[in-house]
Amino acid sequence: MPRPRLAVLKFASCDGCQLSLLDCEDELIAVAGAVEIVNFPEASRAVQPGPYDVTLVEGSITTAHDAERIREVRADSGLLVTIGACATAGGIQALRNFGDTDEYVRAVYAHPDYISTLATSTPISDHVKVDFELRGCPISKRQLLELVSALLAGRRPVVPAHSVCVACKLAGRVCVMVAQGTPCLGPVTHTGCNALCPSFHRGCYGCFGPAETTNTASLAAQWEVLGATRRDVHRAFRTFNAAAEPFCREADAHG
Amino acid sequence: MADTRRIRVEMLARVEGEGALEIDIEDGAVESVRLSIFEPPRLFEAFMRGRAAGEAPDMAARICGICPVAYQMSAVHAIESVFGMQPGPEIRALRRLLYCGEYIESHALHMVMLHAPDFLGYEDGIAMAADHGDLVVRALAAKKAGNALMIAVGGREIHPINVRLGGFYRLPTRAELTALQPALAQARDDSVAILRWASGFTFPDVERDWEMVALRHPTEYPLIEGRIASTSGIDIAADEFETVFEERHVAHSNALQGMVRARGAYLTGPLARYALNYDRLPPHIQALAREAGLGPVCRNPYRSILVRAVETVYFCEEALRIIATYRPPAAAMVPLTPRAGTGAWATEAPRGLLWHRYELDAEGSIVTARIVPPTAQNQPAIEADLLNIATLHVDDDDDTLQLACEAAVRNHDPCISCATHFLKLSVTRR
Repeated sequence: MPRPRLAVLKFASCDGCQLSLLDCEDELIAVAGAVEIVNFPEASRAVQPGPYDVTLVEGSITTAHDAERIREVRADSGLLVTIGACATAGGIQALRNFGDTDEYVRAVYAHPDYISTLATSTPISDHVKVDFELRGCPISKRQLLELVSALLAGRRPVVPAHSVCVACKLAGRVCVMVAQGTPCLGPVTHTGCNALCPSFHRGCYGCFGPAETTNTASLAAQWEVLGATRRDVHRAFRTFNAAAEPFCREADAHG
Repeated sequence: MADTRRIRVEMLARVEGEGALEIDIEDGAVESVRLSIFEPPRLFEAFMRGRAAGEAPDMAARICGICPVAYQMSAVHAIESVFGMQPGPEIRALRRLLYCGEYIESHALHMVMLHAPDFLGYEDGIAMAADHGDLVVRALAAKKAGNALMIAVGGREIHPINVRLGGFYRLPTRAELTALQPALAQARDDSVAILRWASGFTFPDVERDWEMVALRHPTEYPLIEGRIASTSGIDIAADEFETVFEERHVAHSNALQGMVRARGAYLTGPLARYALNYDRLPPHIQALAREAGLGPVCRNPYRSILVRAVETVYFCEEALRIIATYRPPAAAMVPLTPRAGTGAWATEAPRGLLWHRYELDAEGSIVTARIVPPTAQNQPAIEADLLNIATLHVDDDDDTLQLACEAAVRNHDPCISCATHFLKLSVTRR
């Protein structure tokens, strides 16, 4: 059986999620043996045209050109998997969605007329059908390897959609919110990081985006009990997954 | 009739971010060379306005997944300088240790997976592994050791979560750091092996006359602090950056390009850091550099792979030194004392000088932010290199010329994701 043809492509992003693949130091050579990496410009100048069996897409759509390009990528791809907060939720650059993008461009560039960008940063799923999404800013290397293994075995990846809170309890950690009074987004944030921030005595800051089911209003009320201002709550929900619906709504409620 | 050749490389490979190259040749002479950056703009400096100063390290990190620590370090120091916060020597050492991890990781990736294939005629590091497996395995092991250090101090290797204004959320224990010693010692030896291996490559005989700009510290090989110095005599504090450097608009170009106001293009990065701080390297590391054929100054961009290897050896040893003397301080951070003001700071990212400036209000919210990444500063120097290389290869066939030009860009390990607000659109200059 021929090896599956893999493409790793990038839209508006920081390159961190595709770097996660190169960060699999122990597994990289094995992965490169199990799949045929045929289009991964960050790693290789040998780029083959599609079709691709699997395409990993990093980044969000912020230009008209990219909105067109993702349609071509979709047409060329068997399975299209988005990797990371930019591709699944629009990323930190989606903060423009709540401001005046023209003014933002003027603030950064001396010649805004040279800049061609959309008023919004949107996830890939707003543009084309997405077959699977990996969350996180950045994604978890472990989940990426699980995804690749599952694709090779022809099964669905085991990537739970419960909250960071559940992972934190499973790891036997002391709750930073209950024990230390530290505001934490763990109860409403998608798992995948193994409750990393609480293990560093820090409240979760939501970089994996909303969990499957969330009660953000209740959590926001508890934050205010702990002394957070409305502005603190607004800022907390408006970061790397600002455009994801539950976070977007809660930030608006504290605008 | 003019004989016109145009070579377009639509997607520049083995660099971080999206860039393209365009070379125009008319009647056998290189008419123009263009490095276009089509990475979409993400507008960080605009959306950071109105955010809490304490959010800056996590937000700025997202500019670059390859060098997030650099962004965190420039941000925290710039803001702490406004708030008058002075984390003690132990916090400072831990920050330097975290930064060592980023250097080891980033340099190992670039040297072997991205840069070496150009010298040995491979499309990528994975294909190269078939014939040079030992070196690829060594590089991946060194990279892993760097990442392990970032995980131990920063929580994770991409967008570390443990950095905050005033220090860290949680201090690593001595046991967590000493556990890294064997892998770092091995990474040190692996880096020496990579240096010796790469010193056997055939390097094009090129000498560039760039002005080189880097930090300079009274005693250390610079990472998180120092004055901004150059090979032409610049010697300024970080808050004087804008008086000496500017972003210039070039005719028929949309690029904002980093320039020394008085002179023009300059180079930042490993070659500059090395040239300006050779005397800050321990004698035995200087000896390793000499053994690899490097003098105290290297102006050949291809040999930057050797300088990165020398630096990797140094940063492995520096990490081991810091770990050996580490005693956790009493507190993980010094208290936050918000006040209004403006602060600028530069640190040395793996790719060169990374300058941040923040204007803050009395509550500690960001009023304005300005970030000048290394690749933006280097873009004019890289284009000058390209013109030079394209001219040398003008009589070669298109494939050879294209590869030579791509390699000339990869010499500088550009991070285009960082540099997007120096976006350059493709404009035909005729």
